[in-house]
Parts: sequence; structure tokens; C-alpha cells
Amino acid sequence: MGQIKLNQVSKSFGDVEVIPPLDLTIEDGEFTVFVGPSGCGKSTLLRLIAGLEDITSGHIEIDGADATNVPPAKRGLAMVFQSYALYPHMSVRKNIAFPMRMAGVPADEQERRIDAAAKALNLTDYLDRRPGQLSGGQRQRVAIGRAIVREPSAFLFDEPLSNLDAALRVGMRMEISELHKKLATTMIYVTHDQVEAMTMADRIVVLRKGFIEQIGSPLELYHKPCNEFVAGFIGSPKMNLIKGTEADKHGVATIGIRPEHLDVSSTDGAWKATVGIAEHLGSDTFLHIHGVEGCDPMTARVDGELPVKHGDTIYLTPQLDKLHKFDAQGLRVD
Amino acid sequence: MARNVTNQRKIINTTAAWAVGLLIFFPILWTILTSFKTEAQAIADPPIFLGFDWTIENYKAVLERSNYGRFLWNSIIIAGGSTILGIIIAVPAAWSMAFVPSKRTKDILLWMLSTKMLPAVGVLYPIYLLCIRFGILDSKIALVFILMLINLPIIVWMLYTYFKEIPGEILEAARMDGASLKDEVLYVLTPMAIPGIASTMLLNVILAWNEAFWTLNLTAAKAAPLTAFIASYSSPEGLFYAKLSAASTMAIAPILILGWFSQKQLVSGLTFGAVK
Repeated sequence: MGQIKLNQVSKSFGDVEVIPPLDLTIEDGEFTVFVGPSGCGKSTLLRLIAGLEDITSGHIEIDGADATNVPPAKRGLAMVFQSYALYPHMSVRKNIAFPMRMAGVPADEQERRIDAAAKALNLTDYLDRRPGQLSGGQRQRVAIGRAIVREPSAFLFDEPLSNLDAALRVGMRMEISELHKKLATTMIYVTHDQVEAMTMADRIVVLRKGFIEQIGSPLELYHKPCNEFVAGFIGSPKMNLIKGTEADKHGVATIGIRPEHLDVSSTDGAWKATVGIAEHLGSDTFLHIHGVEGCDPMTARVDGELPVKHGDTIYLTPQLDKLHKFDAQGLRVD
Repeated sequence: MARNVTNQRKIINTTAAWAVGLLIFFPILWTILTSFKTEAQAIADPPIFLGFDWTIENYKAVLERSNYGRFLWNSIIIAGGSTILGIIIAVPAAWSMAFVPSKRTKDILLWMLSTKMLPAVGVLYPIYLLCIRFGILDSKIALVFILMLINLPIIVWMLYTYFKEIPGEILEAARMDGASLKDEVLYVLTPMAIPGIASTMLLNVILAWNEAFWTLNLTAAKAAPLTAFIASYSSPEGLFYAKLSAASTMAIAPILILGWFSQKQLVSGLTFGAVK
């Protein structure tokens, strides 16, 4: 069991309201990602759920019981921090054993769970080392191991991969996703990286300035962003948002088209433009294009084999069925 | 960019450092040398540096006249007791100031330090009366408490500085792992701060060991520590420099030895957090 319910939860630091009252329900077993730019309140929201910050108003329910005033130690949640937050004076084994020691789990049961966690996380050979003797990825695995052995009702991850290098990040992303499939426990994951959000989440909560902008599955957010902010935030490279006469033609304030939904031709098309920078990734090429009125630069994602270079003149045609429309307030128009 | 240090420059720096070091250490060295002279050589003019007849007569005389062991024991109890008590009180205080600061935490820290600026003699009378009222004048327990209180601001300040260096997330992780406040302080914070706590204790032992004002004013025969032992050799009938030096050497020897073996710890402790 691991349903988490926030009723009109708000948080203020002094006179500054960082999270206006919000409602949110995270279903049992769901992998929910809080995503948003820096300072959007996603980490604060996670810390409110963890109990590390007191809420200013509202109620938090965990598994149907009011947890608003329950201290973090008693909420039955486990948390993995960005800085790993391992105990530097303890061996890996003792780090993983710590939550069980606090809970008074019998020694043989502790051993059994440590061995199981170490096996699952490839840490068996490192159990007697100190955190200082491990690499970043191993440390993060120890932090995850420490969370697993608690057998929590939900896992909370606070930007756990931010300190890892790019290659390791992709690997750990998969490991956490696999862990979720295996344990089927509720997980709440905070990140500013929309790629992590898209690849891992069952459901994404997009936050801005403490407000929930949209909640939905990764593909719902991709195909039907409810406003310009979500449209621009979800998807990589970012959606092109075009204002002015091109938007007027469709009777709205702004139109949006994703880079992968632009057809590129060297002979004819709707918009004539010049290639600024061509980023060749091998499989794809990202073109940064100048000259389209109302959106400069515009980005297009084309086949990696397409022979284009800086200064080439090209023609772009948006796939009309993939066009997003937004009104003057930035809200989606269907 | 690293600065280029020439050999010549290195020699000058090293010589200068040694000169300053010797200058600071000279009074102690002179005391130790004097303790091995006869009384006549001790007051000879011009002073004799090394060319004297080495003798241990002064030590014999001092040991015959006074019960060194009892003074030493009192010093150990007073310095050790006040340090341990101080740490027990200062750890939670520094924890709260470092990890759950209020708007006034900085003010409280400064206020605590400001009590060190008050001349001790200003509170001698009330404290003396309190000791009489509680019947603890000339007792080790009184000195343990008073020296603990005198040094508490320094202990809290030092521990606060160390604790500030410990990432709060580790303590939050302990909280998430089910640790109560007591578990958090006992199993996570304290072991992580051991180097800091050790150097704080060391410094406090030294301060308490050398404290003379309170130990001389509040003790007579029973609780007198080594500071009183030295003072007993400065008499109105005249000064016996060689014997006084022998007594001083015996009084500072334990703390010198302790300081020598823990100098690395002490230096790293005192400069902790200075560079990051």
C-alpha cells in the first residue's frame, strides 16, 4: 500500500508562499515524476511529503491515515537524496543496515535483507568499504539499497542522478525503472530533466512557481500540453512556438510545432529559411534555423543522413495535424 | 596559479618560522633549564644559558615538600571533568544552533562569546558566596562546574563551526531512516564530528589545566590543582627560582606531552573550516 494524498497543502517560508494550496493524489504503485524548472517548488513538495518540512496549511494522507503531523521517521517512506547523504563513518553494510537497526529488525533478518539488496544492486563486493571509497554510481546504489531494506510504502527520490555523469545517468535511470517494475512500490521522483521524466514516469506532474501546470502520462503531455509552458518544457528539443501572422492564419495567438513535426525540403515548402547551426548527432540532425517570422531561431529535427550545413537555404512545412494552438493567455485551443 | 618559491626564499621562511617558534617557546625552555640549576646559578647575572652544573636537587626538594600526585590528580579531575561535562551540554546546544537556527541564533552566539569579555574578577564575589552557600568551596565539583561554565562559550562555538560543515541532508537521511533525535545525534552527528569534538576537548583540557584565577581563589588544601602547586613556591619570604621552575615544569609536563602527541589533531581542529 502506498497511496499519498495531498489536500490543499501549502507552504510558505516567512511571507513568501512557495507552494500555493494544491491537491494531488498519487496512486499506490505509481511512478510519479515531479518536473519543472529550478525554483518551481518540486523539491519542497517532496520534502513536505517526506515530513522534512512542515506544511503551512492542508493535510497529507498516507495510506488513508492523516500523516500531517507525523514525524518523517514514522511515515514509512524512504528517501534517496541528490548528494546520496550516506553516513561517511559507516561501511556500506552498516549504511544499509541503519534503517533496520533503527526499526529494531532482528540481526539475521537484517543480514538477509542486506544480502538481497546488495545482490540486486551489485554491491556484494563493496559491503565492507566506506562510502568515500566508492564511485558516484556505487554511492547512489548504496543510497537506494538503504531505501529498499526499509520496505517502505513509498520511495522518494530527490534529483538522485544529478551528480552522475551522462553515461552513468542513463544506466541508473534504467535500474531505477527496473526496480520499480520489480517492487511495484509507489515512487515519487523529482527532477528538472524532462528526459528523465518522460522515460521513467507513469505520470508526470509539471510544476511552475509552486502551481501544478498539468498532470498526465508522458505521451499525454507530449501530445496534448495544456498550455505554452508545458508545451515548451516537455519534449527535447523544445517545441517551436510561433507568434504573429503565421499564428493569425490559424486564428490563435500562438501556434506550436515540435522539431520532429517539421518537413524539410531543399526546393519548396511553407516557410523559407536559412540554416544557422546544424548539430549532427548521427541518427538525427538538429537544425537551428533563422528567417521564419515569429520564431527565431526555429529548431527542426531531421534525418541524420540529410546533407545540410550552415548557410544552406531550406524550406519548412509543418505537419498540420501535429500543430498545437494556444490563445492569448497561453492556454491550449482544440 | 601556484606561486614560485625559490630555495633562498624557502630558507628565509623556514629560519623566520623557527625564530618565531623559539621566541614563543623560550620562556618554557628557560623554565625547564632553570629547574636544573642551583638557586645561585638560577639568579646569576649575567644569566647562564647552558654552561651550568645540571642537578635534579630542585625536583627532589619539590617532591619532598609537596604532594605532587594529589595536585596532579586534582588537575586531571578538574580539567577532564569540566571538559566532559562541557561537551555533554555543548553538543545538543551546537546541534540546535547549527541545524535548527532561529532568527536570534547569531545573536545568542555573540552574546555567549561576549561573556568571555567580562573580567572574571567581576563575578568572583557572587560565585564565592554561592560556593559557600552550597558548601562546595575548595571542592573539585565546584571547579568542574565553574571551569565548564567559563569555557562553555568556546566549546559551543567550536562545535557549532564543525557541525555547520556537516551536510544537513545526512541528518535528514537519518530522520528518514527512522532515527529519533537522540539516535540522530548519537549515531550520526557525533561520530561524524569526532575529529572536531576531539580537538575541542583537547583545547578545553589545556584551557582548564592552565586556568589559574578560579583555581587559586576557590581552593585551599583539598581541591588545589597544579596551578596552586606552582603558586605555593612563590612565597613572601623570597622567590626560589630554581624550585619554582622545577614545580612549573612538573605542572606543565603532562599538558606539554599531551599537546605534543596531539599537535596534528589540534592544528587541524583549530583550522577546520578555515579553507574549503
